[in-house]
Amino acid sequence: MNVIIIDYGAGNIQSIQFAFQRLGINAKLSNSIDEILSADKVIFPGVGEASQAMQMLKKSKLDLLIPTLKQDVLGICLGMQLLCKHSEEGDTKGLGVFDVDVKRFSNAVKVPHMGWNTIQNLQSGLLKGIPEDTYMYAVHSYYASIGKQTIACSKYELEFSAALQSDNFYGVQFHPEKSSKDGAQLLQNFLNL
Amino acid sequence: MLAKRIIPCLDIKNGRTVKGVNFLNLRDAGDPVALAKQYAENGADELVFLDISATLESRSTTIDMVRNVAEQIDIPFTVGGGVSTKEGVELLLKSGADKVGVNSAAIKRPELVNELSKAFGNQCIVVAIDAKQVDGKWLVHLAGGTIPTDLDLFEWAKEVETRGAGEILFTSMNNDGVKTGFANAALAQLSETVNIPIIASGGAGTIQHFIDVFTDGKADAALAASVFHFGEIAINDLKQELKSNKINIRL
Repeated sequence: MNVIIIDYGAGNIQSIQFAFQRLGINAKLSNSIDEILSADKVIFPGVGEASQAMQMLKKSKLDLLIPTLKQDVLGICLGMQLLCKHSEEGDTKGLGVFDVDVKRFSNAVKVPHMGWNTIQNLQSGLLKGIPEDTYMYAVHSYYASIGKQTIACSKYELEFSAALQSDNFYGVQFHPEKSSKDGAQLLQNFLNL
Repeated sequence: MLAKRIIPCLDIKNGRTVKGVNFLNLRDAGDPVALAKQYAENGADELVFLDISATLESRSTTIDMVRNVAEQIDIPFTVGGGVSTKEGVELLLKSGADKVGVNSAAIKRPELVNELSKAFGNQCIVVAIDAKQVDGKWLVHLAGGTIPTDLDLFEWAKEVETRGAGEILFTSMNNDGVKTGFANAALAQLSETVNIPIIASGGAGTIQHFIDVFTDGKADAALAASVFHFGEIAINDLKQELKSNKINIRL
């Protein structure tokens, strides 16, 4: 299977590559439009700041390509947030695949939300075989609101989208590549979709 | 609900794990990658690698180790020790580290924290602080706790938060290696002072000490080394016991 991890200069994508390697898949890093178009599955990662990440996408015209992809796409962390309508982080217009906004946690709680938190109301094939209230590892200061496309919730200060789905587009706020065997299960599910 | 984290710390020198007692008398406790894998399987929530190597040659061994760890384990890990430049941080992150810890370099040049969090995001910048209580005042120490400064722990913590630290790893030198419990009063005050997660370090000897650090010490995570390395406390047992004491933990 041809899995491409979009490489636009964001964060620790090596870990995602290693996670697929542990599943026996040689995922390739690429920012080439042709390679991404010909992939069976596409991973859209992202760690860092939203407006800067969006700028990097624009530079390589990936902002225009990504929303048009027909194969299964999985946005991880900031990747998921960039697929939303808008982010408060750097007042960034998103790619608009997911019909929710991204907001910052208030200072009523420690920010970033960092560590293992449970996910609930699991609804998609992406989460097949993963029990309710499974712990996943997350680290983020901004969250995607709950909407019609929410396929998993998590709670920190308030309830937010731990995962989203719109047709062939999937997004997870947590890091499956760092979430032990349950995270590996999710990545395997994504390959099986 | 967000779980409290248990973090084994592996001190690394020349690609091997060592642990100091009160920062001295190093003892060898094994192969870091094998240990990391074992800890991940036994329920560790995260790992910290502290590079205490002195030479550049030895540091390149650490980069290889970071890569090997990232390849083999599926939980997050932080690498710290001697990190002083943006390039150094970038190399560690690119090799697969999830977070990087800075300590002395941030004290010498506090702007480093701003630069790192701007370049890589505050979520991956952990500021490690070694402090010692002297005449009732918590003073920050440099260079693995060997050189005292006149910086106050709480003021410094507030400053690094403002500059963009994503997390604070506080080691109490009064407690480190003596296994009589964590510095809970200072930890609780730290949690009141800043609004970022606090990792408590120094003093773990018994399971009760972990219960106390999460309740009295209000810590978000607890770090320990020798009690785990020498099998005095098994992480599974520790987590079961924490859970039965109503502390939210990932089992």
